Amino acid sequence: MGPVEYIPRIRQQYSRLGYQPYQWVSNPEPPPWQPLRKPLARSRLALIASGGIYVRGQVAFHHKDDVSLRAIPTTVRTRDLRVTHFAYDKTDARSDPNVVFPIDTLRALAAEGFIGQLTKHAWTFMGGIYSSRRVREELAPRIVERLLAEGAELALLVPV
Amino acid sequence: MSSALDITRSVNPPRAAFLDYPLGHTAGQPHQPGLQLEIMREALLAFESLTVAGSVKMLPFAWSTDESWKLQAFAGDDTRTQRLDTPQYQSEEDRIAAGSDAPIESDQCQVCRHWSGAQVRGGG
Repeated sequence: MGPVEYIPRIRQQYSRLGYQPYQWVSNPEPPPWQPLRKPLARSRLALIASGGIYVRGQVAFHHKDDVSLRAIPTTVRTRDLRVTHFAYDKTDARSDPNVVFPIDTLRALAAEGFIGQLTKHAWTFMGGIYSSRRVREELAPRIVERLLAEGAELALLVPV
Repeated sequence: MSSALDITRSVNPPRAAFLDYPLGHTAGQPHQPGLQLEIMREALLAFESLTVAGSVKMLPFAWSTDESWKLQAFAGDDTRTQRLDTPQYQSEEDRIAAGSDAPIESDQCQVCRHWSGAQVRGGG
């Protein structure tokens, strides 16, 4: 069986449930392209994740178009990570946050020299935001600003 | 990274690595660090191997020999929980640890509070 086709599935489900169809973001023009300037092994990588991950001690995300970010130190203790979201089954993410916030994985790859290093922070948000305009105008520029401030050379987005 | 190929193609990012796993597992299977490392190496190699903007690398991993999860995705009722506009803690203990008894107003600038470092704890 090939990959799940989420767009028609969700369209059918929404129709069945009497909801208005969801307006998916579509970017038909070729995206911007920056060739790598350095090998992976010498690059500084930033992790961005949308699964609603926060650290114990931080205010949790709310679920109604929350466009806030959390800065998670990349030295965070994995057991201090928490997950909140309304649109996916969080069972495995709460048991092992690496499945949506691969911090141990990336730390190990930096330690073995597969990547150069991680930025000081990883950046997370709760991606169940129904206003693509607010993501584009409010959330995304703040992420870019933070990545540039911390010298990110590669940005890895882990969505849910 | 991505676990929803058609959505990713619609968004059309510069580079993507697709993992054919159920939603909520974009970076791997729980408590399988060896597998998570393999997945991440393959995903990160796409930074170097992809040369055309908009390319998607198909990662060579299957969730299970049982693909019934693919039939179940969005096939039934709406499983989303209520979209409340107050912070939704994983546990009550987290709410106490955040030092906040009152719910945050939904129009308060949480971004400013959080990137100033005022609320960031953890590390070490």
